[in-house]
Amino acid sequence: MNPGLQHFLVLSAALFACGLLCLVTRRNAIGLLMGIELIINAANINFVAFSRHLGNDRAGQVFALFGIALAAVGVTVALAIVFALYRNFNKSIDVDDASRLRG
Amino acid sequence: MTMTQYPLLALIPLLPLLGAAYNAFVGARMQKRFGYAAVHVPAILMPGISFVITVLAFARLVSLPHHERVLTITLWSWMPVGSVDAGVAFLMDPLALVMCGFITFVGTLIHIYSVGYMHEEPSYWRFFSYLNLFMFTMLVLVLADNFILMFVGWEGVGLCSYLLISFWYKEKKNAVAGMKAFIVNRIGDFGFLLGLLLLFWSIHGVTGGSSVVFRNIEEILAQPAVREALSSQTVLGLSLISMIGILFFVGAMGKSAQIPLYVWLPDAMAGPTPVSALIHAATMVTAGVYLVARLHFVFALSPLVMSWVALVGAVTAVFAATIGFFQHDIKKVLAYSTVSQLGYMFIGVGVGAYWVAIFHVMTHAFFKACLFLGSGSVILGCHHEQDMRRMGGLKKFMPVTAWTYFIACCAIAGFPFTSGFFSKDEILWKAFDSGNLLFPGGGLMIWALGALGAVCTAFYMFRSYYMTFTGEYRGAHGHNGHGGHQPHESPRNMTHVLVVLAAFSLVAGFIGLPHLWHLPSYLHHWLDPVFSGSAEIIRSAGHGSGHEWALMIFSVALALTGWAFARWLYRDNRNAAPSRLIESKHPLVCGIHRLVYNKYYVDEIYDAVFVGFVMWFRKICDWIDRNIVDALVNFAGLFGRLVGRVHGLTDTHVVDGAVNGTAWSIASMGSALRLVQTGNLRTYLYIAISGAIALVIMNFILFG
Repeated sequence: MNPGLQHFLVLSAALFACGLLCLVTRRNAIGLLMGIELIINAANINFVAFSRHLGNDRAGQVFALFGIALAAVGVTVALAIVFALYRNFNKSIDVDDASRLRG
Repeated sequence: MTMTQYPLLALIPLLPLLGAAYNAFVGARMQKRFGYAAVHVPAILMPGISFVITVLAFARLVSLPHHERVLTITLWSWMPVGSVDAGVAFLMDPLALVMCGFITFVGTLIHIYSVGYMHEEPSYWRFFSYLNLFMFTMLVLVLADNFILMFVGWEGVGLCSYLLISFWYKEKKNAVAGMKAFIVNRIGDFGFLLGLLLLFWSIHGVTGGSSVVFRNIEEILAQPAVREALSSQTVLGLSLISMIGILFFVGAMGKSAQIPLYVWLPDAMAGPTPVSALIHAATMVTAGVYLVARLHFVFALSPLVMSWVALVGAVTAVFAATIGFFQHDIKKVLAYSTVSQLGYMFIGVGVGAYWVAIFHVMTHAFFKACLFLGSGSVILGCHHEQDMRRMGGLKKFMPVTAWTYFIACCAIAGFPFTSGFFSKDEILWKAFDSGNLLFPGGGLMIWALGALGAVCTAFYMFRSYYMTFTGEYRGAHGHNGHGGHQPHESPRNMTHVLVVLAAFSLVAGFIGLPHLWHLPSYLHHWLDPVFSGSAEIIRSAGHGSGHEWALMIFSVALALTGWAFARWLYRDNRNAAPSRLIESKHPLVCGIHRLVYNKYYVDEIYDAVFVGFVMWFRKICDWIDRNIVDALVNFAGLFGRLVGRVHGLTDTHVVDGAVNGTAWSIASMGSALRLVQTGNLRTYLYIAISGAIALVIMNFILFG
């Protein structure tokens, strides 16, 4: 059986759901980043799947590549923030501890 | 009528203006750095060149045919509004030339004289600047080719007269005299202006077009239909043309000091003597006569106005002459004499003898300037003494002044073959022969008044001569710090001017010899083209040459009588009759003397009637101001304060409340919103996710 569009959409939805679950349940900053990563990749799968489905439209492929690059950049910045959290909040990376940032 | 363009004409008035501007702007500095010569050389040169140009213009006029002797130059169009087209344009016809000639000639001489007279004056430059400005305005008045420009000159000479009368403004008396002259002149100017407007308006009503240019108005008024219309329409019970004439004559009365507007002229003697000679004797005061002569085409149409002009002139001639009897101030005598002589000129224009009036204007300019400058020389010689009772015997000290004064006295009294004889005699003859006067025997009456004035003139002029120059010097122990100083002859530049003027007083009459003698009257012939327009309206009563001979001999006899009488009473101060008369306790003698000595109390009557009225009116205005206007103002102030109070309350309570309320509501909203900002990352996340879910659900509900 050849995998069709709906298989990819289901996979991407499952991946998105995993990412969202990860986001809402974790208090660890790294865990949150991992959840975000899953969500971004779910979106990337969608791009590639629709690109294939609409007759090898290159735009979707390129968008996926950009998405991967941006995710890498985002993670870099986010990791820097996590390091800063770690240093300033008693060597903890629990985001609930960082509620002091509020105005 | 053909007119010849003559660009040099514009320079005649403009050069004195240049001189005035020079002295006004840099005169003070020049005087300090280079001395007095830097002030008076340009000031004398400018009118001098104007005189030369006038002579050139005369030569040009002579070369033209008799009836085309008109030179013009239009500098620019000044007021082209509707049918008014007043330009800055000058016109020189034979009449303007005669005026211009003696104005620039006598004016230049008086400038030269002033160098000597004003030599101690610190604001020398100011004096010459004013004199030049006066020359400019007077020449504009004479040369203007339309009413509007003439009015500029008319007002300008009034201004200069005011400035020069109160030249020594630090004394209140002089400043007051200047104001009096200005205000009385203003009454006359009002008449001039009303006359001008009425003329303009009525011509417009009749013909549908109008003009302010003399030539055009003369042409319009030459049409019989227009004359008829202007004579038949009435305004305030008078025909239009009479009303116009009367209003213009009011203007002339103010400027030429006729009853009842003569009061300013004697007071005008407060100015420096050269000013009295130039402005208040020779030139400005004859502007009224010039106006009537210039407007002969208006005046000739109304016998009523003509008669009135002649009558006012005759009454003024006698009235002012009698005041001259008892005056002690030498300049006051001359002032009243000027008023009286101006009366003669108005007799001349009133009976339609325009050229004779202009003739008398010219001869009067020479002998009256000579008399005034002579009196100035006396005043300077006697160390600023003007009272004739403290003079006497000055002939020894200042022979030139005495001789020239005597010659001018002869001329004004009308001794045979002097200039005054020819001009005054011609006026009296024309008055006698006039057929134009409204009332029967009018000519005879005017003549009788004129003859009476003539004998008075001879008397008071020689009285002033004998009191001043003969007998013993009575001012040796002067009272004003100059005690013991001998009177002295004036410097040469002053006496030379006197000699020139005396010579002209003697011979100037020969240009207008009487027709009786069958000799050519050059002036009559010269002015003929100007006045030919109204010549056919002026009628003669048709008296023969026998009458004229008789009148001539009679007036010579009158002059000699006046002279003999004055000589008998005042020569060498020997006759005691005058002083006995003054000290007489007889009520009639005393009363008449007091009446005449106090100038018939005219100034007092004016004070009581007009000034009193104004003062009374002022008090009423003052009361209204204090009680009504001030109350209104105070009420307005109170009202303002009330409004202010209300406004203040509104401001503190309503406006500030609104502002504070806004701030407070923003603050409370802020503190409410603060609760949302927990700082907890996951709370934000939940909110974001629930928002996204809500959007998805909304999408399904709305578009699914």
